[in-house]
Amino acid sequence: MPYQPPRYPFRPPTDPGARHPVIVFGGGMVRLTAALDLARHGQPVVLLDDDDTVSIGSRAICHAKRTLEIFSRLGLGESLLAKGVTWNTGRVFAGEKQVFAFDLLPEPDHQFPAFINLQQYHLEEMLVQACRATSLVDLRWKSRITDLAQTNAGTTLTVETPDGTYNLHADWLLAADGARSTIRHAMNLPFVGKTFQDRFLIADVTMRAPFPAERWFWFNPPFHPGGSVLLHRQADNVWRIDFQLGWEADPEAEKAPEKVRARVAAMLGPNTEFELEWVSVYTFRCRRLEKFRHGRILFLGDAAHQVSPFGARGGNGGIQDADNLAWKLAAHLRGDAPETLLDSYDAERIPAADENILASTRSTDFITPKNEAAHAYRAAVLALAEHHAFARPLVNSGRLSRPASLAASPLNTPDDAPWNGGLPPGSPAADAPHAKTWLLHHLGHGFTALIFGDTPAEMPDGVTALHLPAHGLAATRYGARAGDVVLIRPDQHIAARWHRHDPEAIAAARRRALCLT
Amino acid sequence: MPDLITTANLDDPDGMFEALMEAHRDLAPEASRQLDAKLVLLLANHIGRADIVKQAIALAAK
Repeated sequence: MPYQPPRYPFRPPTDPGARHPVIVFGGGMVRLTAALDLARHGQPVVLLDDDDTVSIGSRAICHAKRTLEIFSRLGLGESLLAKGVTWNTGRVFAGEKQVFAFDLLPEPDHQFPAFINLQQYHLEEMLVQACRATSLVDLRWKSRITDLAQTNAGTTLTVETPDGTYNLHADWLLAADGARSTIRHAMNLPFVGKTFQDRFLIADVTMRAPFPAERWFWFNPPFHPGGSVLLHRQADNVWRIDFQLGWEADPEAEKAPEKVRARVAAMLGPNTEFELEWVSVYTFRCRRLEKFRHGRILFLGDAAHQVSPFGARGGNGGIQDADNLAWKLAAHLRGDAPETLLDSYDAERIPAADENILASTRSTDFITPKNEAAHAYRAAVLALAEHHAFARPLVNSGRLSRPASLAASPLNTPDDAPWNGGLPPGSPAADAPHAKTWLLHHLGHGFTALIFGDTPAEMPDGVTALHLPAHGLAATRYGARAGDVVLIRPDQHIAARWHRHDPEAIAAARRRALCLT
Repeated sequence: MPDLITTANLDDPDGMFEALMEAHRDLAPEASRQLDAKLVLLLANHIGRADIVKQAIALAAK
């Protein structure tokens, strides 16, 4: 039984001309994540969606550990683990031979694996359900922004619905409306970068197959000579197969079911039965907006930046955008932070986008060699990698999404003493087993100070203490000794750390992370 | 950290050059290209520093 997308009811608007503190516009998982995160911070949100359902096709399927930790903070961690396909291992093949395998989470004692694979439509369905349950997210389906005018106090929007158009005023507008962003076009913002001359076919097939839950990548396999192929397992016995087609391929002809079936059959052999669930041919670009914040309009996800799919950096990058933005906007609207805090969204997420663009550009250059020399070097790398460990780090079938480390963020308070390792300010907080659950479960949505050892914990306003043993896995992961303190932001990135307990210093670091100083 | 060495540094220049020529002697252009690419990668790994390799690339491209 193929997936049946839900249809959400359109309700005629009752508030033409109304003013709302936050309006989110978009059609994908990033807009839902942003809305849910704002709601978790107590902030009401209006969410406009031009459709009345979830994503068509599986689209973003690989959700990284950091993304799962963010969704865990939003209350969806367990459901995602239960529904998704957990994987940590990748294998790379050249021709018929395996070149090497890698483990993305070699360390035990983390709640979440390196990745789960789950169709974007399943994730979006869970997010819609969670948004509805908050009663703070006003979901408006079949509501498309067709025009906008920026004012000093925000943006006036023209919203088109089946019942005609109406106006809304947004103090803050979050544009999470994808690579073809209407809002970006309406504002005439340049979206520049690199186009890659290659085409890829996605075939989602339903089958019972003996492949393990791993990421398998082939360079030049016998069943698809001259191209690369990527295989991933998703939920419900659906498998994602990506075939590299080359620039000359005709996208319409390639989508013909007989043609796709022939490619898949060549890969699986004559005895594996399968059904096609979704087929798509895509090209890609790596590009971004110059700035993600434009006054009181903020761009997230593919509307702000686009990467090639190898490395799963599009979806996971977009979720980190939402994670970064939600607490800041909520803090500002609550009156806890000045508007300048929103500038740090640019300061933190632009370097993160550049890191993703760089990594995915390099992967694409390896997967699609541009000239004879590039072909020769790639062949040399693959030939050497089979027998020599040194060449394996050079094989680039996608550098899989890593959390942004925000090392240069203006919100960080730099160390005032040397640390022997651990996690410097800006890093995402590490998880570890704690009190029969997990450390990250104890962090909540505000600022938390991890106190290692038996220090008496007088805390400044707005900071909650979490006591941790001076010895153990958490202490090891944070590089902490008895008496050390680590201050964690609402998005679970580290703001500051000390080898002493000093409530004044904690208060100052919190103020800095909120742009209050 | 020292820069790329551009003064004479080889213990046996003639022997090294001869070995390179010998390795390429009977190869078709494509196989020669493969051999050189592998050599560059092996030697780059032996050097172990991307900045030195980048200095060598800049010098070689002049």
